[in-house]
Amino acid sequence: MVSIKNPELPSEFRDGLKAMTPLFLGVASFAIAYGLLARKAGLSLLSLTLMSLLVFAGASQFVAISLLISGSSFLLILFTTFVVNSRYFLMAASLGPYTRKWDTKWQVVLSFLLSDESYAMTISRFTKNVPNKYYQLGVSLGLYVEWFIFTVIGGLMGSFLDDPQAFGLDFALPATFMVLLLPMIRSWRHVIVCILTGIFSIAGFLFLPTRWYIPFAAVLGTIVGGMLELWKRK
Amino acid sequence: MEAEIIELIIGMAVLTFFTRFASSVMFKRVNISKKWNALMIYVPIAVFTTIIVPALLLPKEKLDISINNEYLIAGLISLLFAYKTKNLVGTVIIGISVILLLRFAFSL
Repeated sequence: MVSIKNPELPSEFRDGLKAMTPLFLGVASFAIAYGLLARKAGLSLLSLTLMSLLVFAGASQFVAISLLISGSSFLLILFTTFVVNSRYFLMAASLGPYTRKWDTKWQVVLSFLLSDESYAMTISRFTKNVPNKYYQLGVSLGLYVEWFIFTVIGGLMGSFLDDPQAFGLDFALPATFMVLLLPMIRSWRHVIVCILTGIFSIAGFLFLPTRWYIPFAAVLGTIVGGMLELWKRK
Repeated sequence: MEAEIIELIIGMAVLTFFTRFASSVMFKRVNISKKWNALMIYVPIAVFTTIIVPALLLPKEKLDISINNEYLIAGLISLLFAYKTKNLVGTVIIGISVILLLRFAFSL
């Protein structure tokens, strides 16, 4: 699919790979935390690796394993996976204006590889530079391979150690997202949206079932932001 | 057990792919307005805030705004560090170190 001879491949693909280097430690730590927790839940090394290769969505994998440990039914786990990952509807919609002209096969591959981290890198690049699918492929594939490798390492470590929380590794996820979020905040409107979304997420966490707070707060926060933006333009 | 887990994984994979792909199909047919773009700027801000805030304030599924919540303390310190340096690797290392240090201090 990707020909080495393609002239736009080397520089854009390499830029994509380079863009993920600052994310490396955060993603590696979280992948190890997932591998450890999955072993603790009784998953075999094969299953936990397969989950990383096929699902490739850190936060929902973590939640699924926690639910398995708490003895939840598969139906609830599937439902929660959908709820947690429903944020990708929004992310893909915001990439839509850039990616809509691309071939379906590219859209399938890049959709499969879409993650929070690659999304953050891609959207900030596309708003500044000419959107290039090889750039998105570079970040996404880099993160996919890293997620796979460190999941296996975590799984192997899990045969000797147990609780990842005891090592503070679960903190890698919010820490990574913080560094992704900060450069996006450029005006008082953005700050207001952060504060209100934070309140929505806490309220949702406390009062909504399982993980409904994720789509609830993400959608509500986006709407509040959009309203502030349209109000400014009047 | 193994076969059931693999069925679960395939189910999760199909659902997750659907959430990532559905919007692209929709956009093939629809034209995007300026208003839509203005709204979409807020997607990453809202999504990342939604993941970060509960992870720091409700680490054990209960609201904990106190000095005993090591995730909150580590979060505030790493936020300051991330704001000053924009260094992701440093932020992750500082955050995890603060958590481990606080746990050690609490256990004394």
